[in-house]
Amino acid sequence: MTEYAVAPVPVANSTRASLVRRLLRNPVAVIAIAYLLVVAVVAVIGRMISPYDPKTASLQLVLAKPSPEHLLGADSAGRDVLSRLLTATQISIAAALVALVVALLIGVIGGLLAGYYGKWFDSVSSWLTSIVMALPAIIVLLAARAALGPSIWVSMAIFGVLLSPAFFRLVYASVSAVRTELYVDAARVSGLSDLSIIGRHVLSVVRAPIIIQSAIILGIAIAVQSGLEFLGLGDLSVPSWGSMLNDGFAQIYRAPILMLWPSLAIGLTSMALVLVANIARDELERAAPRRTRRSRATPAAAYVPGPAPIAHPDDARAEKRLGEVLLNVRDLVVGYDRDDSGVTEVVRGVSLEIRRGEVHGLIGESGSGKTQTAFAVLGLLPAGGRVISGSIHFDGTELADASEQVYSRIRGRRIAYVPQEPMSNLDPSFTIGSQLVEPMRVTLGLSAKAAKARALDLLDRVGIPNPARTFAAYPHEVSGGMAQRVLIAGAVSCDPELLIADEPTTALDVTVQAEVLDLLRDLQEERNMGLLLVTHNFGVVADLCDRVSVMQSGRIVETGPVRTIFAQPEHEYTKSLLDAILEDAAPRGPLATGTEAGR
Amino acid sequence: MLSFVLRRLASGVVLIIVISALAFAMLYANSENIARRILGQNATADLVARKTEELGLDRPLWEQYVGWLGNAVQGQFGRSWFTGELVTTGVTSRFAVTLSIVLGATILAAVVGVLLGVIAATRGGWVDRVVQVLSILGFAIPGFLVALGLVLLFSIELRWFKATGYIPITTSFGGWLTSVTLPVVALAVATIVVVAQQVRGSVTDALGRDYVRTLRSRGLSMRRVVAKHVLRNAGGPALAVLAVQFIGLLGGAVIVEQIFAIPGLGQLAVSSTVKADIPMVMGLVIATAVIVVIVNILIDLAQAALNPKVRLS
Repeated sequence: MTEYAVAPVPVANSTRASLVRRLLRNPVAVIAIAYLLVVAVVAVIGRMISPYDPKTASLQLVLAKPSPEHLLGADSAGRDVLSRLLTATQISIAAALVALVVALLIGVIGGLLAGYYGKWFDSVSSWLTSIVMALPAIIVLLAARAALGPSIWVSMAIFGVLLSPAFFRLVYASVSAVRTELYVDAARVSGLSDLSIIGRHVLSVVRAPIIIQSAIILGIAIAVQSGLEFLGLGDLSVPSWGSMLNDGFAQIYRAPILMLWPSLAIGLTSMALVLVANIARDELERAAPRRTRRSRATPAAAYVPGPAPIAHPDDARAEKRLGEVLLNVRDLVVGYDRDDSGVTEVVRGVSLEIRRGEVHGLIGESGSGKTQTAFAVLGLLPAGGRVISGSIHFDGTELADASEQVYSRIRGRRIAYVPQEPMSNLDPSFTIGSQLVEPMRVTLGLSAKAAKARALDLLDRVGIPNPARTFAAYPHEVSGGMAQRVLIAGAVSCDPELLIADEPTTALDVTVQAEVLDLLRDLQEERNMGLLLVTHNFGVVADLCDRVSVMQSGRIVETGPVRTIFAQPEHEYTKSLLDAILEDAAPRGPLATGTEAGR
Repeated sequence: MLSFVLRRLASGVVLIIVISALAFAMLYANSENIARRILGQNATADLVARKTEELGLDRPLWEQYVGWLGNAVQGQFGRSWFTGELVTTGVTSRFAVTLSIVLGATILAAVVGVLLGVIAATRGGWVDRVVQVLSILGFAIPGFLVALGLVLLFSIELRWFKATGYIPITTSFGGWLTSVTLPVVALAVATIVVVAQQVRGSVTDALGRDYVRTLRSRGLSMRRVVAKHVLRNAGGPALAVLAVQFIGLLGGAVIVEQIFAIPGLGQLAVSSTVKADIPMVMGLVIATAVIVVIVNILIDLAQAALNPKVRLS
């Protein structure tokens, strides 16, 4: 039965009236619905309007060609094809409806009861499913036919039972979800009976999905019923689409045209049902409140050059530590293409300068465009995003419009990246070792042996207690802190000159955060890398950075040496960010400043 | 690993016994009806009663079932009521034919479906739209209509292939190939689009994962990341779909064998059903359930090889 498993239908509220209206706005849906209406009418009145008796055979008419008297000709027994087609519609549709009604009754009632009352039901239903899954539906139907005889009604009723899980799962899931909602508790407290709660809150939610599912089930039932009849397993005394096809197939060499009409009826009806269901499902999905993909970024108007950031001159400390400029970003604008062919800009004219050996903090609240700036430098913006204007100059190479080929010499070897969330950034299907070895072999051309030795050294260097064991482990077998160390090891594995760390400690435990920051700092000093540290935490900035840029809604508002920014913030936004730390810390007393800075 | 297989085998045996009981109850419940259908509508009540007794159908149902089960575990499934052929011989002699078609269709569907799905997910554009439309059509149009269309086009019109008949591989490999090509294609069409759709979805999903960006940040090319990491991670869901589809293909083989006149399990199932040859139908039900259980275990093992988190015991 599982081969007829049906794709899940989204459950959405309050869309029924508008759903019909939107369906009628879709030309394909209108054609399909119109066709289905015609089929429905023929199913009701077909027997009355058929020009001849569908069962009367005539020797003169055997395999007669279409003629004015017999528009579609006659079949192998000389029966009028048009009359049979019109009459068969009723039988075929009615038989499919039997399957649908049985499936609906069992599935919906069972789903309501199980979802509302039963906790034990999960195990029972999974057990039943595995029984039903173990046999193809047609084998079950054949066995039923062998035992119970050639009644298409009985077959379809049994098929309905086999199809009922499609409705059962749908209703069961919705009811289980609704049952735990607060408003259902409220309704119960206010004295409503279980029945009226089910009626009001559950059925209204699942009604549209059930109708869509019904269309799909009906299509499947028509197909299977015609298949059975086609195999000659139906009741040959009643005309149906499948039995007409059977007759046509027997005459495939003499009159293949006989197969055309029932094939068209079956194919078009199935297709119309599936199309209507699909379009309705798409419309429901569209109506359901969507999370916009870039909801974190503040949607902004088109880029106009804003006020220049407040730039503080380097102090003596910064001057002394830093080498030549490594990365120079000028007026960078990053945007995402919208559905309406507009562009949402998330980075709006950012300029940044990072020198060799510098730790540069990029700070700002969520959605200010920090991460997007980092991805733009790496050339790894998510789908739909692109650099709209501005330049990204990296040590003599322009990256803003660079090809993949240019980037292939840059990424990993010269610019590397440490992500925010350690677990999701390791491929769960490969060992940690193979994920470390692969880039070194590809970018540095190391042998497998040399790469492994180097990976083990790196794991040791980043403070992994048992490098060999971690090398052989899968990502789910190590802790988050370990995973982040592995990612740092991977980032520095090909000796980059610039490391971009995107909130490298946000996802870690507080105790681990300090260690990971220390590690980053040590590695940076040891290798004299430039480090772009994206963060929203001023404590981290104070602890690690030489210079800092403050970012707000896609722009840099203030930039300068870290001490100057802390001592004399000029921009309102910088001040409010700094105040926020102090307000945070105040109730905890003097000790809190220490922990804040140590993070 | 071994204990995993053993446990799955044990639960498979339990499942098959449950199915056999249900099938037996349905097939043997109406004993008078069975005898009458063997003898024809004009048989006297006396004849029917005698036939019922002869076939042992007059005993209580549970007693009959226990007897059947006792024989079945010894590999004895009785004889056809009509031809006298051993049920085991009837099933095993046709088994290879059906399996070759179903496996051929599974492999074809897997290869083409994965290719289409990956291209649709990574390239997007018109390939993606074509796969989308095909997947709706493939879902909407019943498989036997596709098979009939193929016969009409390639056998009757173009005469590239013989419309019907089966040439055993032992007789002639080339002949076998031409005789199974159309059935395999007909059977695979619907599965191809389902697999393509699933692979497209899971590849799209895997492409959006964080580790893809991180691996690329290490200097790996997109092509390499897709070929190695994305495909491996998308493989699990695709395999699950293939397992479900395999059951559908077994069912589809019944109709396809009928259309192409291929002497497999499906043809035996249809002819036995029409005659109400109950022991044969019972044997076929069990054979199908056994195939499904074995395939499910194999797919689980493949899943474990693909996904380290499943690699438990």
